[in-house]
Amino acid sequence: MSAAPTRTKSAMLERRKLVKDLLIDRRDLMVVCGLGSATYDVAAAGDHPLNLYLWGAMGGAAMIGLGLALAKPDRRVAVLTGDGEALMGLGALATIGVKQPGNLVIVVLDNGHYGETGMQASHTHGTTDLVAIAKGCGFPEAFALTDQAGVPRVRELMHTGKGPILVNARISHEETPRVLPVRDGHAIKQRFMQAANARVSA
Amino acid sequence: MDDQTNIRWPDVIYDHFKRVGIRQVGYVPDAGHSRLIKRICDDPEIADVVLTTEEEGVGLVAGAHLGGQRAALLMQSSGVGNCINMFTLVRNMGFPCLVLVTMRGEFAEFNQWQVPMGAITEPVLKLAGFLTYRVEEPGEVDEVVAAACDMAFDGDLAVAVVLSQRLIGRKRWTK
Repeated sequence: MSAAPTRTKSAMLERRKLVKDLLIDRRDLMVVCGLGSATYDVAAAGDHPLNLYLWGAMGGAAMIGLGLALAKPDRRVAVLTGDGEALMGLGALATIGVKQPGNLVIVVLDNGHYGETGMQASHTHGTTDLVAIAKGCGFPEAFALTDQAGVPRVRELMHTGKGPILVNARISHEETPRVLPVRDGHAIKQRFMQAANARVSA
Repeated sequence: MDDQTNIRWPDVIYDHFKRVGIRQVGYVPDAGHSRLIKRICDDPEIADVVLTTEEEGVGLVAGAHLGGQRAALLMQSSGVGNCINMFTLVRNMGFPCLVLVTMRGEFAEFNQWQVPMGAITEPVLKLAGFLTYRVEEPGEVDEVVAAACDMAFDGDLAVAVVLSQRLIGRKRWTK
C-alpha cells in the first residue's frame, strides 16, 4: 500500500465550495462538466438545465465548450473539468488558442490526482504546468487560483472576461462524497438544448 | 485527374454543406480534402477549426449541435482510429455527426504503413454506430453527399461518407 504522494504545490481550495461559489448567480451561463468529480461538483452546487454533465468522452469537455462557444457567440460558456480530463485532451488547448473564442473560460479543478481511479498522481502533480501550456497556446489569460480571495474575480471572468481563459484551480485532493446527476445522455442533451436555445425571459 | 484544380467533387461537397447550413467544420489538414478545406477557410460564414487530432472534432460537433449549429468533420482514414472512444459521445447523446473520410491504405497505396488502418476504417465506423456510404467515382459524389447530409441532419444520425483512394487519386511523391 503506497499512500498518494504529498503535493508540493499549494492546494488550499476545497472543490465543492469553490464550484458552488463560482456558480453563484450564474445567470444563463452554460456549463460543460468533465466526467468524474467535476460533474459531481457541479451537480452538488445545484442541478440546472444548462449543466452539460459528461459521464464519458474523457478529454472532450474543452472541445464541446469550443463548439458551443462558436455556436453561441453572445453567450458565456464555462468548462469545469479535472486535471486528468484536461490532460487527456491537451491538444484542445492548442485548437482553442487558434480560434480565440472570447466567450469561453476553462476552469481546471486540479488536485494533481486521478480521483476516480484511486488517487494516483497525475502529470500536474509532477512537472506539467497547465497555465504555461495555455499561455503557450495563445490564451490571453491563464493563471493559477490558489486561495479563496481570488474566487470572485474568477466568477467575474466567467461572465465577462475576454476568452479564452484558463484558470488552474489548485484544490486539495481529499475525496468528496459523490453527487450523481442524471446519466441519460439524451435527456441531458434535450434539457440543455431546450434551455440554451430558448428565448430567455429576463 | 491528378491536377487538383481540375477536380470538382470537393466543390460539390462544399455546395451541400452550404445547402444544409453547416456553420462549423473541424479538420486535420489532409491532402485529399485540401480543396474543400480551402473553400471552407475562405467562407466567413463557416467556422473552420483546425484540430490537433480528429477526436477533438467529435467534441466540436457535439458542442455545435448543443448550441444550435450544424457541423461536419473532415478526416483521413487514419483519423477514424483516433476517434473511437470519442465517438461514444455521438451514441450516448444522439446528435448528427457527418464525417467525410478520405481513404488511404487501399487502391494504389504505395506506403504500406497506411494499410492496417485503411483496411479497418469502414468496419470501425460501422462498429462505432455510423452509417457508411462509399464513393468510388466523381459522378457519385453529389448524390451520396446529398443523401448523407440529409440523413445526418434530418435524423440526428451518425453518417460517414468514405471517399475512396481511387476517387482522390494516387498520392504523388515526386515534385
